[in-house]
Amino acid sequence: MSLDKPYKDVPGTTIFDAEMSRLGYHLNQFCMSLMKADNRARFKANERAYLDEWPMTEEQKQAVLDRDLNRCISLGGNIYFLAKIGATDGKSFQQMAGSMTGMSEEEYRNMMIGGGRSIEGNRSLGEKK
Amino acid sequence: MARVTASVYTSHVPAIGAAIDAGKTGEPYWQKVFAGYDFSKQWLKDEKPDVIFLVFNDHATAFSLDLIPTFAIGTAAEYTPADEGWGPRPVPKVIGHPKLAAHIAQSVIQDDFDLTIVNKMDVDHGLTVPLSLMCGQPQAWPCPVIPFAVNVVQYPAPSGRRCYMLGQAIGRAIASYEEPLKVQIWGTGGMSHQLQGPRAGLINKEWDNAFLDRLIADPEGLSKMPHIDYVREAGSEGIELVMWLIARGAMSDVAGGAKPTVKHRFYHVPASNTAVGHLILENN
Repeated sequence: MSLDKPYKDVPGTTIFDAEMSRLGYHLNQFCMSLMKADNRARFKANERAYLDEWPMTEEQKQAVLDRDLNRCISLGGNIYFLAKIGATDGKSFQQMAGSMTGMSEEEYRNMMIGGGRSIEGNRSLGEKK
Repeated sequence: MARVTASVYTSHVPAIGAAIDAGKTGEPYWQKVFAGYDFSKQWLKDEKPDVIFLVFNDHATAFSLDLIPTFAIGTAAEYTPADEGWGPRPVPKVIGHPKLAAHIAQSVIQDDFDLTIVNKMDVDHGLTVPLSLMCGQPQAWPCPVIPFAVNVVQYPAPSGRRCYMLGQAIGRAIASYEEPLKVQIWGTGGMSHQLQGPRAGLINKEWDNAFLDRLIADPEGLSKMPHIDYVREAGSEGIELVMWLIARGAMSDVAGGAKPTVKHRFYHVPASNTAVGHLILENN
């Protein structure tokens, strides 16, 4: 019997399950390496060369270079790991989260102050009109 | 004998720690968050627990994808605040309680919960932000802390049911410890929030407040809520709330005792990307 994955129909959401974790193992472990200051310095000095030390796919490397977090997530990245790239770039978690929504930093911040993104219409793909 | 005197529930948003560390607690944005903890700080001073059993999750800090324990109990003498990429938080190191932790580990494993035992672990904002919210900025934390890490990073997290039953086993373990210690159990994380994808920024106030209501009055029923409800209604990171059920399961009423007293309840949106929820329940 196949696994039940009811979370597949939650809009704008990728659940980091065992399958995604398998795909993203090296991408996430690369992110983890940025916890060390000397690795951060080496990455900043030559991002491409640093990424080439990891057995990541070309798509994953390009997504990191582009700082395309949605793409990183679709390729197995997990936000808590990807946050290490943001920290290396000096970005806050709010800036990182906002960058995935298609909103400007200010729009996203104002949405949060206004009570956040509404659940209405966001529960499932079927609900979303 | 040792006893659980109270349980505390709180979000552990990293930006809260950053605001405290940068001296921004007086800014209007943050004032609204910290005002919800004024009562709690005084309450904790008056209560003077001997040990805090602190349920939290590691955020790709101590545990990478190399090792993903579902439940990990810290039995070390001390824990260093971690460098999460922004440098370590300037907070006191966390002193453990190896003797009680080892007792709980042995008791709970014999009670059919297969814990991972950790003797070396840096602790991230998941553990230190709740301490900062409840204690302010002391030179040393007020008592020893037993860190208890739950995997909520790689899906599936343990079910709410499993967490609730584990809390009961932890309650029994504490009650069988010979020294007369006052132990608090804290459940942290949540409330509704989503940090990833186009749905990032999701907040569900109605659902959060219903969760608080049920945590107080109907933890048994709440524990049966499936994962998908957390994900759908409270965001992909809202699933951290299963950890609150561990703390709730350790309270006396679950084992047939009197209902707890609600000493404090607070809810505010936002702190960064997240809804902040906070509750203090005292055993009677």
